Amino acid sequence: MSFNKPKFAHPRLPKNEAGYTRKYYEGSLSTLCAGCGHDSISAAIVDACFEMNIEPHKVAKLSGIGCSSKTPAYYLSNSHGFNSVHGRMPSVTTGANLANRSLTYLGVSGDGDTASIGMGQFIHAVRRNLNMTYIVMNNGCYGLTKGQDSATADYGSVSKSGHMNTFEGIDLCALAIQLGATYVAQSFSGDKHQLIPLIKGALAHSGFSFINVVSPCVTFNNNQGSTKSYDYVREHNEAVSSLDFVPVKEEISASYEHSVVTPIEMHDGSVMQFHKLSPKWNPEDKLSVLSALITAKDKFEILTGLLYFDKESKELHEMLNTTDTPLNQLTEKELNPGNEILSKINASHR
Amino acid sequence: MHGVNDFVVKFANVNGTGSASANFLFAKAIFRMGVPVSAKNIFPSNIQGLPTWYEVRVSEKGYLGRKEGIDLMVSVNPQSFKSDIASVKSGGYFLYDSTKKLHEEFLREDIHFIGIPLMELCNEAFTDPRQKQLFKNIVYVGALAKLLNLDLTTIEGLFAEQFKGKEKLIIPNMKALKLGSDYVESHFSYPLEFYVEKRDLTKNKIMIDGNAAAALGAVYGGATVVSWYPITPSTSLVSSFEKYAQKMRLDPVTGKNNYSVVQAEDELAAIGMAIGANWNGARSFTATSGAGISLMNEFLGLAFYSEIPLVLVDVQRGGPSTGMPTRTQQSDLTTCAYASHGDTKHVMLFPSTPNECFHMMADAFDYTEMLQTPVIVMSDLDLGMNDHVTDPFIWDDNRKFKRGKVLSSEQLNTMTNWGRYLDVDGDGVPYRTIPGTHPTKGSYFTRGSSHDEYARYSEDSDTYKRIVDRIAVKFETAKKIIPGPELFQTSDTSDKALLFFGTTTDSALEAIDTLRNDGFSIDGIRIKSFPFSSEVDHFIQSHKEVYVVEQNKFGQMRSLLINELNIDPHKLISVVHYDGTPITAESIISQVHKHVFLPTN
Repeated sequence: MSFNKPKFAHPRLPKNEAGYTRKYYEGSLSTLCAGCGHDSISAAIVDACFEMNIEPHKVAKLSGIGCSSKTPAYYLSNSHGFNSVHGRMPSVTTGANLANRSLTYLGVSGDGDTASIGMGQFIHAVRRNLNMTYIVMNNGCYGLTKGQDSATADYGSVSKSGHMNTFEGIDLCALAIQLGATYVAQSFSGDKHQLIPLIKGALAHSGFSFINVVSPCVTFNNNQGSTKSYDYVREHNEAVSSLDFVPVKEEISASYEHSVVTPIEMHDGSVMQFHKLSPKWNPEDKLSVLSALITAKDKFEILTGLLYFDKESKELHEMLNTTDTPLNQLTEKELNPGNEILSKINASHR
Repeated sequence: MHGVNDFVVKFANVNGTGSASANFLFAKAIFRMGVPVSAKNIFPSNIQGLPTWYEVRVSEKGYLGRKEGIDLMVSVNPQSFKSDIASVKSGGYFLYDSTKKLHEEFLREDIHFIGIPLMELCNEAFTDPRQKQLFKNIVYVGALAKLLNLDLTTIEGLFAEQFKGKEKLIIPNMKALKLGSDYVESHFSYPLEFYVEKRDLTKNKIMIDGNAAAALGAVYGGATVVSWYPITPSTSLVSSFEKYAQKMRLDPVTGKNNYSVVQAEDELAAIGMAIGANWNGARSFTATSGAGISLMNEFLGLAFYSEIPLVLVDVQRGGPSTGMPTRTQQSDLTTCAYASHGDTKHVMLFPSTPNECFHMMADAFDYTEMLQTPVIVMSDLDLGMNDHVTDPFIWDDNRKFKRGKVLSSEQLNTMTNWGRYLDVDGDGVPYRTIPGTHPTKGSYFTRGSSHDEYARYSEDSDTYKRIVDRIAVKFETAKKIIPGPELFQTSDTSDKALLFFGTTTDSALEAIDTLRNDGFSIDGIRIKSFPFSSEVDHFIQSHKEVYVVEQNKFGQMRSLLINELNIDPHKLISVVHYDGTPITAESIISQVHKHVFLPTN
């Protein structure tokens, strides 16, 4: 079932520059478990899109199958949505993006949907540098089928049933960096202040933006011994960077308490103020980031923040040299070569 | 022996030695001389080294199906000498490279051996080792030209076209051609008792393979997003699309591409991309073969149930599993008709010539958008990869793409109760919207899970039934849109008929002619699409026995006819051919004769 939220809204709710209220960016009521980390991520998406003044109809939201993939119903009800098949959101998004390069593509997926059944499609979307934001709501387990370990469950993590995972967990951020993702971040669903600017940066970035969000499963993986529980993540979260997102044309105010502040200009003209918190890595150097991730993993820590970005990002359309007009807006005039050319082709086959 | 313009030449070569272009040159020269010709490549799943064959049938009557019985075998592959010699018709000819002596055990008393020292001639005439190898092929074409009365200036003209811009290659090619021709002139009597005589029968025809034709159809049909995964025999379809698009689809000002081609990581991603692009309002297709169809099943179900247009080309090959990747069959019919889990059904088109590959491919984009359901173009290896003599392509410049029920921003402004899955017109086809069309209207949530008329998730039983019943209505609408059958009846109608489709057509029509000439009365029907129209039903009902001709073992078309039209199975008699080679008229006739079939006069 889907439950619509009441349409009633206070007439003087503030509107953003695009002319919409925050409420306009919401979706229907969530049917996920109360306290699910995914709902916080949905709320962060709503905030990010509202604050960035994105027109909802210029966003396409896509997903695969699983708890996380249900969430597009819970945000941006005025955007087209596509809940595709298990693990295949990347290919559907690739096709949609090829058809119309002018929209913003927001894909959400889960750890099962990405790291197991969808691993092949995930890594190929990364290597094509598809211009999209790809958020994994990572809880280390299969919620809808009652809590089996997923491929991102950490070695040694104990599930609710008391079973200890004996397999190595896949580090999606490290993988994405290695494969050529041009914007890679990690966050925690419980840390809205970190997550919202990360999503904004991802949406503004031209190329593949990946955010792995640890999002505890309150029903099956929030117990003692789990490395993806609220308590565990709060205790082992080490923020390596923080961000302030400055939309296009807005003046950058220059008072920061951090010592290292780097402004990053995004493709659309907006600016991210990047605060490097950890001296141990350089966000533009893959080796340095990978080394920091591996070290953190060995110490059972979770590095969060913007981990890696590539200023020289060239997205798929640039590589394919597709025309600037969205392909879905071309007509017979541009697409059909006409009978005269056909006659010449005929002649070449006589 | 048959005589003028009626014989079969088969070439036995080693894969990867450049023989394919020489053999095509031979076939093309006959076509240029105005005589109908069919050329079929019988090749291995291999890059270099294994035996490969090329069959050329010359037929004044225009019979372009495969024919059994080799009149002249050209063998430059000692690996297959034994079976090649055995396959020549009694009284026929075996042309071979006599640089090395032929084993005596291979000799047959009842055929003629024509030894031409191909290697020796090339070794003497050329110095470059690569040329020595490649020109062997041209030398035997030269020999054949003399033996079969081919016009050397026609071949020279073909060289001139082939080497346009590289004119200095014409001279050594002509030299090799003359070597073969002169050798025959001084050593044998010529022409043979069968040979080519100029006619005017191919004047308005072209010679092209079905994959190139379908690719061109996709260009003309407005495809802009093409996603694919390499698999034989569909690969050349997408490479042809790219080749044409690179010439015909560039923005005149910026030089940028008005198309995109993505080689996917697998067939699942290939079809997923095509679905995503169609969902987003672009015309998009993918092409595959064999295992690719199995891999695409899940996504076909999604497109069916969420009602997304999609053109899929299945260039069928020998199955099951990896099967015979380089041999031909029509054995994906049942899997394509009902691909994916749950109650699904898909529209299929059955082109039988490259001309139809072109037109059906272009039309498929209209059909799929008008119906909002996948359309599968059912080609096969024989049609897709072999060059066929076919009618030229014609495009009506006034033709517009039929985009179906897509709502514009203006239309959305005037609507009050739009539902993505509401059947407003009673034809089962709802109205769709494309993302980004309207700031506040028309957004909806596409999903493969059960949903109501407004695209909302629903597990309600009545709602579920309403939606699937309405989707079924679309398939009745489809019958009015997709092409109906072609009937082959004389005024003196028979109670027996051949039913055929796709690449069984050439041989079936030849079989009908032969049977009629032998005094048997028989009708014919060619199926062009699925689901079957009432015309197909009526035709079958009005005949006592219908022979269903198809290239698979289990009689898949017959099964579909029984299943869809409720036809008494006893009425439909299977005529099947499934060894991986194209079906012949002889095979059809002999299977028909196995049943009680008396002459009418």
